[in-house]
Amino acid sequence: MNLAPHLPALQVVVPLLAAPLTVLLRRRSVAFAVALAASWVALAIAVALWLRVAEGGTISYAIGNWPAPWGIEYRVDALSAFVLVLVTGIAALVLPYSRASIEAEVPPQKHYLFYTMFALCLAGLLGITITGDAFNTFVFLEISSLSIYVLIALGRDRRALLAAYQYLIMGTIGATFIVIGIGLLYLMTGTLNLADMGRRLAAVQGTRPVLAALAFLTVGLSLKLALFPLHQWLPNAYAFAPSAVSAFIAATATKVAVYVLLRFYYSVFGESAVFARLPMQEAMLLLALAGIFVASTVAIFQTDLKRLFAYSSVGQIGYIILGLSFDSTSGLTATIVHLFNHGVTKGAIFLLLGGVALVTGGTSLARIQGLGKRMPLTSFGIVLCGLSLIGIPGTAGFVSKWYLIRAAFEKGQWWLAFLIVASSLLAAAYVWRFVEAAYFREPRKDLTEGAKVPRSMAIPSGLLVATVVYFGLDTSFTVGSAAQAAALLLGGLR
Amino acid sequence: MRHDVILRVIAKLLIPFILLFALYVQFHGDFGPGGGFQAGVILAAAVIFYGLIYGLADARKLVPEAVVESMMAIGVLIYGGVGVAGLLLGGNYLDYFVLDPNPVHGQHRGIFWVEVGVAVTVSGVMLKIFYMFADRGRVDE
Amino acid sequence: MTLAGTGMTLGGHFTYFITLFLMIAGLFIVIARGNLIKKLVGLSIFQTSVYLLYIAPGKLVGGTAPILSDAFTVYSNPLPHVLILTAIVVGVATLALGLALVVRIREAYGSIEEDEILSLDAAPSRAEQQE
Repeated sequence: MNLAPHLPALQVVVPLLAAPLTVLLRRRSVAFAVALAASWVALAIAVALWLRVAEGGTISYAIGNWPAPWGIEYRVDALSAFVLVLVTGIAALVLPYSRASIEAEVPPQKHYLFYTMFALCLAGLLGITITGDAFNTFVFLEISSLSIYVLIALGRDRRALLAAYQYLIMGTIGATFIVIGIGLLYLMTGTLNLADMGRRLAAVQGTRPVLAALAFLTVGLSLKLALFPLHQWLPNAYAFAPSAVSAFIAATATKVAVYVLLRFYYSVFGESAVFARLPMQEAMLLLALAGIFVASTVAIFQTDLKRLFAYSSVGQIGYIILGLSFDSTSGLTATIVHLFNHGVTKGAIFLLLGGVALVTGGTSLARIQGLGKRMPLTSFGIVLCGLSLIGIPGTAGFVSKWYLIRAAFEKGQWWLAFLIVASSLLAAAYVWRFVEAAYFREPRKDLTEGAKVPRSMAIPSGLLVATVVYFGLDTSFTVGSAAQAAALLLGGLR
Repeated sequence: MRHDVILRVIAKLLIPFILLFALYVQFHGDFGPGGGFQAGVILAAAVIFYGLIYGLADARKLVPEAVVESMMAIGVLIYGGVGVAGLLLGGNYLDYFVLDPNPVHGQHRGIFWVEVGVAVTVSGVMLKIFYMFADRGRVDE
Repeated sequence: MTLAGTGMTLGGHFTYFITLFLMIAGLFIVIARGNLIKKLVGLSIFQTSVYLLYIAPGKLVGGTAPILSDAFTVYSNPLPHVLILTAIVVGVATLALGLALVVRIREAYGSIEEDEILSLDAAPSRAEQQE
């Protein structure tokens, strides 16, 4: 039999079925093997899908052989294929890393459940990205969110419990807002298929329920993607989760929420309805800038590296939304490129921090003094990723900033370009906090001598750092895919 | 409630009917209101009822923790397995039409097994939740 | 009875008013209460309002279950029920997970009042900074 036409379904089904298998098999080494195999197969499928979309355009797959507007449709286009590659790529690197990492951070009897939740979370994130059905999006969103709450609660510190609880409350409010939005759209159009919804919405565009739906979806998704000032859940969640979990959710969860926002704005409501008739551009611009400046400033004053980089994430999400607010092809390209580049960069940083936590026993700035001598490679990796956060040429972060500034100039908003550069200085300031502690302080005496980062953790971190540099030099994959996705989103609906 | 004779006798009388009703809801789900979700909850309710009257330890003996945990996983696997069966028989994922030469029977068969999967998982999850919450603060770990 | 300016009748749209009432009440409880359990109660009420939002418009007066028969021509929409069954499952899972977290928070902190927990946490983090 030929599996090739069924790849869209298998993309979700493989990790989804790996989850119960890990529960049944229980032995942690076996559970690890199952989850690892599933994540690598998922990566292979995602790459295959990306290649096929690049060649032959959008793929549509009817679940249960019920044709599109009635049944659930899985739809892979340039944008979703790109996000699929990001999510599966990060998962494929984090899973081999997680084995040694959770060994140190999670009680052994819970290990198999860690892999279960990880596989479920992966299935959920992939499902959100691949589905072409509005309600299905919500279901997968909750599958991924619920497993993320559990993963965060596995953290060593008791504050992880409170962080998970707060994220649960905020996340559920966000998800419920999203369901309300989807419900209003369903009541107005009578369909749940996103593409079909987009077509039928033209007849009722501008009516009050549709506007309400837009408002609910925007607020709900902003909660999920941690847009300032709805980011309150994020710093604690990233800071107290186990290292592998921090890396995975920092790189994927908020990015997938951005994807859903793009999907609803451009494929359902249509770009003209969102940006031309409403002051959405101004609102987005304002929130994005506030997020960039406030969160980056707060990051400078953090005493714990994980929290510092968590606040930096809020700032970086500001850049992603900033690109959206330009409402132009290059702005949208910048958004999609930064979604990928920031995912990779933050993933790499949190993976490296996991190694730091393992060796030094914590990630507070006081504890990592003199890290440059003790762990030269890890420190160098963090600095490299820090440069990417600032946007230094030669790193992935530069590429996204470049496109953002280009979009600003295209609009003639030179002052915005100036603000983007100025905000990079704030990023430089918080990265400097790490450099200062790691390279210009004497090492603490109680740094456990001899403890080393296991190879299973070092290799994935190193690979991800290498990707950060690689995508700073060769942009054909990232910018190429992003430009194609932006053209698809803007072109299909004008 | 170990010494409450009336409760124990009534429970013993009621539980078989609760179980029977669960099966009715399960298998009548194709034709009328009902289905795996409701049946799973009723099934779990019978065991929870037993646990309330006869004590948690006895309920654990009746349905051990390991069984409950496997149930949660097996149900999902049955559901997913139906989907994969559709793939193997040449249809799309979760395609019931190809499960039988007669497409109507195929739909019937597909829904039947999916509902079985749902019932197994739901009762597993309900019992797991009950065990976890009933346990807390009682047995020192 | 018509509401000024909206063209909505109170009787015809009463489900929306109930939905809105539950929605706002639930959200208010989540925000205004410091007790972790009460917050979850509010969250559940908030979610319940959405069930109503979906299901109420699916019902047609005089409509029957959508089983094809010559005797009936008006059918209610079954899709919202299916969607909401799924949403209920999600709601149950969220509530169970939330309560499980509260149980563990109570074991770790000895309290389920948000302000008390935050003050308990403030102390160790200050010690950490001075480290």
